[in-house]
Amino acid sequence: MTSTQTAVATAALVVDDLNVAYTVRGIPRAVLRGVSFQVAPGEAYGLVGESGCGKSTTAYAALRYLPRNGDIVSGRVLVHGDDITNMSSAALQHFRATQASMVYQDPGSALNPSLRVGRQVVESFQLLGQTKAQAKVSALAALKRVRIASPESVLDRYPFQLSGGMQQRVVIAMALACDPKLLVLDEPTTGLDATVEAEVLDLVRMLRRESDAAILMIAHNLGIIRSMCDRVGVMYAGKIVEEGRSTEVFDNPQHPYTVGLLRSLPRHGIRKTQRALATIPGLLPLIGTELPTCVFLDRCPIASDICRAEVPPMVPVGTDGSRFTLCHHPDRIGNIAEISAVVDIAMLAPVEGAADVLELTHVSKTFRQRGHDIPALVDVELSLAEGETLGIVGESGSGKSTLAKTMLGIETLDGGGTVSLDGRGLEAATVDRSADEKRSMQMVFQNPDSALNRSWSVRRILLRSVVKLTGVKGAAANTRVEQLAEHLRLTPRHLDLKPRQLSGGLKQRVAIARAFAGDPRIVVCDEPTSALDVSVQAAILNLLADLQAEQHTSYVFITHDMGVVRYLADRIAVMYLGRIQEVGGTDDVFNGPHHPYTEALLSAVPSVDGEPKVRIRLDGEIPSPANPPSGCVFHPRCPRAIPGVCEVSEPPLAEVSPGHSMRCHIPIDELRRLQSPVA
Amino acid sequence: MASERKLARRENWILIRKRPGFIVGSVIALIWVACALFGPQIAPHNAFDDYAKPNLTPRSGHLFGTDGLGRDVFSRVIVGARNVLSIAPPAAILSIVLGTMVGLLMGYRRGLIDNIVSRIVEALLSLPTVLIALLAVTTLGKSNTVVISIVALLFTPIVARTVRSAVLGERDLDYVTSAKLRGESNFFIMFREILPNVSGPIVVELTVRIGYAIFTVATLSFLGAGPPPPTADWGAQVSENFSNLLGHLWWPTIFPALAIASLVIAVNLIADAVQSVLEA
Repeated sequence: MTSTQTAVATAALVVDDLNVAYTVRGIPRAVLRGVSFQVAPGEAYGLVGESGCGKSTTAYAALRYLPRNGDIVSGRVLVHGDDITNMSSAALQHFRATQASMVYQDPGSALNPSLRVGRQVVESFQLLGQTKAQAKVSALAALKRVRIASPESVLDRYPFQLSGGMQQRVVIAMALACDPKLLVLDEPTTGLDATVEAEVLDLVRMLRRESDAAILMIAHNLGIIRSMCDRVGVMYAGKIVEEGRSTEVFDNPQHPYTVGLLRSLPRHGIRKTQRALATIPGLLPLIGTELPTCVFLDRCPIASDICRAEVPPMVPVGTDGSRFTLCHHPDRIGNIAEISAVVDIAMLAPVEGAADVLELTHVSKTFRQRGHDIPALVDVELSLAEGETLGIVGESGSGKSTLAKTMLGIETLDGGGTVSLDGRGLEAATVDRSADEKRSMQMVFQNPDSALNRSWSVRRILLRSVVKLTGVKGAAANTRVEQLAEHLRLTPRHLDLKPRQLSGGLKQRVAIARAFAGDPRIVVCDEPTSALDVSVQAAILNLLADLQAEQHTSYVFITHDMGVVRYLADRIAVMYLGRIQEVGGTDDVFNGPHHPYTEALLSAVPSVDGEPKVRIRLDGEIPSPANPPSGCVFHPRCPRAIPGVCEVSEPPLAEVSPGHSMRCHIPIDELRRLQSPVA
Repeated sequence: MASERKLARRENWILIRKRPGFIVGSVIALIWVACALFGPQIAPHNAFDDYAKPNLTPRSGHLFGTDGLGRDVFSRVIVGARNVLSIAPPAAILSIVLGTMVGLLMGYRRGLIDNIVSRIVEALLSLPTVLIALLAVTTLGKSNTVVISIVALLFTPIVARTVRSAVLGERDLDYVTSAKLRGESNFFIMFREILPNVSGPIVVELTVRIGYAIFTVATLSFLGAGPPPPTADWGAQVSENFSNLLGHLWWPTIFPALAIASLVIAVNLIADAVQSVLEA
């Protein structure tokens, strides 16, 4: 016990049996059900779990920053020994100003858009009692500390004049103004591009070495937590169900929920042709649900009678006492069956020599804005075979979505290019295409909330698509809707609900069902899982793979998630500034030699499986498409650019091996040598 | 499908009914509607040709007193409800129908149509409503149809602007893109896909417009553009008698004025309640 007490005395943050309830419609509903953990000075502690598990509530409670309807029911939060749960509001304000800081998810909304950056940073120092002159000096120093390029000029700019990465640097500089003892990072890189994300994470790592602040980090991306945090707590339904060193927890999970979470990720380079992804059946219990025994009971594959009868004990794992799991049966973790292949994998391999369903030749798209031409797509050449999945990756602004919209005719392509379906050229605009051509190409959108008409029932949404796309009417159309729903594992009960009554995963199923209403040849999926939790993502990816195996549908799959694209895609196209930089089979693109941009994208992503061996960092931002760099458009950011060559002429998209093309001046053998692990 | 929509509507209805403003507003409004429907039967005296002694102060038998001709003011206020209520709500409804169509077109099509109609709307908004209405009524005649049409036309731009801005928030959502991908007509997208999602602001606008319409119609009759004597129209009553205010004959003016005020306030209370629920 004495060792625990000393730990409490020295810990930067102690959360002790914290219970928090939100009052919704007059009834207090439990959100946190006894959360306890400690973070030592200089330590980084991560909280992971699916949305709704209480990780953000824990972070806000750590600063007593709960929303108006949130109350701490019982338990304590100590920051450096001070109990903040009973602090007066004046003391709390002083505490927040001097002891703790928070960095939010969206840097754009954390900064005041109508005030210059300088004024906002200066203000955070004036709050600490500095005079204006002192604060100005400190502000400049703070921006230098976060390694922002040309800090003097940043002070004079408005937030909208900064890129997302620079905005987040400014926010971090402000958070560090008081030299906090506790720094809470709530999804600090969500919404940033992979290369910018890597840059911000590098900054946080560097700052950790300079200060002994305790860090509490929330992220849904397990890879980020693994690479950033010393220890991790896995949360489920308002409880920490497993805690330990992050490498150990992720390599050797000891709670059924952690196991499920990790298995639902596409990891270790697995492909759809190897096995389906594991999913966690069921849904997270609603807040306020009575969970008298184990919180994970309803979804647990190894639950037994004792789990229904008794609260699970905190079972220590390992010998050093730093790790525990909240489970009756940690000994049975090994028995959780790996998912068997539910997909007929042989069906999924694209047929050799299958005919191309879709072909894009010389596709360009130029937007006109205030008299300026903005080339969003430049001479894109792509083909898509029957039953094949073509992944499209690249940072935001690379033209991925414009490419999808141009194929579908939502945007009309520039003259000179063609989009052809089964060898026949298509009209540029959707309205001019025939009913059969419309039926053949459908789309699944990123955000199902926006993609489904919220005042229509699921039945009406599907019925309309069936009628419009197949021409079937009346009772036959209703039968078809029911078949479609059953096929996508929607129950008849779901048909009469409105989209808002469905969970995110179910909504996306409805959106997929709608796309499949007319037996399409091609379905364009624009980041269909990026708004979903990992276990739901796994179910959706499995569903897409199943549908493809049965119907030989071709997919164009746009994503920024390298794990997902590797799992689902047969071929991958990497885009940068509206140009295809590399295109090839998934194995070719992932195993290399890579285009330098692909190489940077691949090494930017922290993985749950550990760090990549070689790390490439890109400097600067994506240039404006209105004013692209000379020569190879990637050369200003390219770590391998050849001076005197790359800025002069743009390399052609040349085949480097059968089916693998690249737009790079560096000879392929040279790239192979440069990228081999030895170098 | 229909039952589901009914359920959502019923939920909103329950929430609206709970608001005290709505209860007070609808009680007052319902009293006036009853007066409009059954005025001659409820009124204690004939409102038009039952002459007692003129200028009697309020007393039992003549609750609101009598006017300069000896007619019972209480009865005339009751009977007068029919005039305003048979003109203002139809005018408001007509303006909503026209404004919704114009607003949907502007918001959905954007571009040239939106630009042209927006300028016309701005031009109309810059004109004083009552003055234009008065001008129109004096040139086109004093019929109810003319008043309803002219008030509706004058309110249409305002409604159109509200609907347009609601549609702008919808047109770029992916469900609209999805409808285009399956080849829906613009008419279908505007009226079947987008319209149900902007119905909240439209219902709010309707209640607000009814309030304004009552006020405009009363003002028009006050200015003499209403029905001819011996009408019991509230605006006309105020205008007939307000010159006597200086002679301390306040009751023939104050009671019809209070009637107008109470109806406008009642409708606005309802509008506020509807707005707070539908736009929450």
